[in-house]
Amino acid sequence: MFSYTIFIMLLPLLSFIVLGLAGMKMQHKVAGLIGTCSLGMVTILSYITAFQYFFGLDRVNGVYQTFVPYNFTWLPLGNLHFDLGILLDPISVMMLIVISTVSLMVHIYSFGYMHGEKGFQRYYAFLSLFTMSMLGLVLATNIFQMYMFWELVGVSSYLLIGFYYPLKPAIAASKKAFIVTRFADMFFLVGILTFGYFVDSFSFNFAGDIVMGQGTTPFIEGNLAKAVAAGGFIIPTALVLMFIGGAGKSAMFPLHIWLPDAMEGPTPVSALIHAATMVVAGVFQIARMFPLWIEYAPQAMSIVVWVGVITAFYAAAVACAQSDIKRVLAFSTISQIAFMMVALGVSLPGHHGAILDNHAQLGYMAGMFHLFTHAMFKACLFLGAGCIIHAVHSNEMALMGGLRKYMPITHITFLISCLAIAGIPFFSGFSSKDEIITACMEYSPVVGWIMTGIAAMTAFYMFRLYYGIFWGTENKEAHAHHTPHEAPLTMTIPLIVLTVITVGVGVYTTIAGFAEWGGSFGSFVSAAGTDYTIHFNIQIAATSTVIAILSICLATYIYKGEQQPIADRLYATFPKLHRAAYKRFYQDEIWQYVTHRIIFRLVSTPIAWFDRHVVDGTFNFLAWGANEAGESIRSWQSGDVRQYAVWFITGTVALTLILLCI
Amino acid sequence: MIPVECYFALSALLFFIGVYGFTTRRNLIAMLISVELVLNAVDINFAAINRLLYPEGMEGMFMTLFVIGVAAAESAVAIAIIINVYRKFKSDSVEAIQNMKR
Repeated sequence: MFSYTIFIMLLPLLSFIVLGLAGMKMQHKVAGLIGTCSLGMVTILSYITAFQYFFGLDRVNGVYQTFVPYNFTWLPLGNLHFDLGILLDPISVMMLIVISTVSLMVHIYSFGYMHGEKGFQRYYAFLSLFTMSMLGLVLATNIFQMYMFWELVGVSSYLLIGFYYPLKPAIAASKKAFIVTRFADMFFLVGILTFGYFVDSFSFNFAGDIVMGQGTTPFIEGNLAKAVAAGGFIIPTALVLMFIGGAGKSAMFPLHIWLPDAMEGPTPVSALIHAATMVVAGVFQIARMFPLWIEYAPQAMSIVVWVGVITAFYAAAVACAQSDIKRVLAFSTISQIAFMMVALGVSLPGHHGAILDNHAQLGYMAGMFHLFTHAMFKACLFLGAGCIIHAVHSNEMALMGGLRKYMPITHITFLISCLAIAGIPFFSGFSSKDEIITACMEYSPVVGWIMTGIAAMTAFYMFRLYYGIFWGTENKEAHAHHTPHEAPLTMTIPLIVLTVITVGVGVYTTIAGFAEWGGSFGSFVSAAGTDYTIHFNIQIAATSTVIAILSICLATYIYKGEQQPIADRLYATFPKLHRAAYKRFYQDEIWQYVTHRIIFRLVSTPIAWFDRHVVDGTFNFLAWGANEAGESIRSWQSGDVRQYAVWFITGTVALTLILLCI
Repeated sequence: MIPVECYFALSALLFFIGVYGFTTRRNLIAMLISVELVLNAVDINFAAINRLLYPEGMEGMFMTLFVIGVAAAESAVAIAIIINVYRKFKSDSVEAIQNMKR
């Protein structure tokens, strides 16, 4: 069963190899078609997998079973071994759908967006590599395989951010992204090794109830009890270290600094990697380790909550002041991922001794749900932004305004996605965000109200962006010079598909949530794995809807008109605040100061001195000694045979004398 | 009968004459002759010691004959080399072939 899932990973790998090796000899169209077709097949296989997994199998005790169709030992290391394999459970199947759908949309979209670009084939090769790595990450059977693919997505992200490598900012951004995430991954690795050392296993088989396929290497049973006996702090420490790695990948404050700069890459890449899939890897990692978090480290989850809350607020505040449309979307992504983090963090230990409990751990379902809906509407927003950038050849909002006349399809899809992210009922963002706020309210009203406030800020800055692009003052000068036009069909079709998903999911889940129907998201993914019927809390739903509508009205009032007296007056009243928010509250400068002035000067310089003088000095001394010895005895090899004979005789005599004396 | 010390004295004399010649002469042929002297010194030792210690045995004598045979072959090879050296360097001096170390 599920033996075809191996092709989900092999097809993108194959197309990466083909495009990477032979791409330069291909026409652009051929290379693009190879990448897109293989991704299309992957998408079909993912949908078949999901259908078979969710509808073709019976639940055991009301729980979807976890299947491992493939698993083999890759590297045995004494007791431990590193396995490679494929693991199917509700969240990995859900991620398959998200990744393959968004990736296929991006592949199609890139035909239009990257048309005629130099390195088109290379671009598609890297997209395939990224898709393969991301699929491997979510299908991993053990934390070590996850780490391997985790690094691979980091590499593909680096390659794609630096796609326009002749441009300096692109190179700087790609290096920054790679170094910051690598720095965080160091903690992840330490966490993995700590975990493996004490638990004796890397596998995700925490409860021991995974169904193994035929011919697969069985998992080593993890010995969690032994780790707990060695000290109650070990598993929480390992989990928090892993979370730091996840925070780096998911751009949590203060490791978020790479994500806004990563917008230097092509826009479809931002949609795929830096909005929908790779950046939620940290959320996925926590969801994957969730049984351990909830059983062994429930206190440590408050770290996740507060990191998430701070990040969500910070990013929302910065997003209100950015002028580059991709930066606004980048900060909104950071803020939304923080919502997912908070959702996972606010899960409470279960009642009645049950480790996994759907009601106490509503946040788990809410976080995964938001991951799903956010991937769709944020990919749509980014792709829409790509169309706009394609039309006006700039990222700056000042050069836009009034674009609704020129780009109707982009306008409508962008508006719908904005409504979804703002949390208006009947759009997908509403259902998931509402569940998150409900979960937060149960955890603590303080967190709940903060998150409600941030949701209001989200609605505000998204509509500031929307009005800034499509309404407001039209930059007639720029538009007369180059009239904006609607994007070609290859670019608008993905927008329409993603919008249809957003609206379809939104309408169904909203109605299902109010009417308490089954078959909504909670039926497939929930903390305990059992069928969970989502039911909205009317009070919370009404509050957040009203607040969202109020902030949209506020944004409309301030930003819709041709003249924006209120916005101008606000700038005039709080110039410092605006400047600080525009400069992202000087986070990059702080990191610059910390790394250059403190770490480089106080740590790296002495280490470099030690390396140059002590380590290098030792070896230089040895080399110098050998050289000097050689120089001093080289005259012995004169080429004069008689001299050799003298040495030979002297030596013989000396040896004889020595032997005689002994 | 000649006392055995006389053989040893002769052998030692020949040996050191050979060594001295090998280390001091520049001419390659002269050096070859010196080597032959050293070999002859050894031959004398073999024969004398065989006669002194094992009069009924013949191993030392045979060894002497072997050495004479090997020395003849060695001389042939050495002279061939020397002729080649002479053709190449236009000299039969040992100093002329110091470049051979490279």
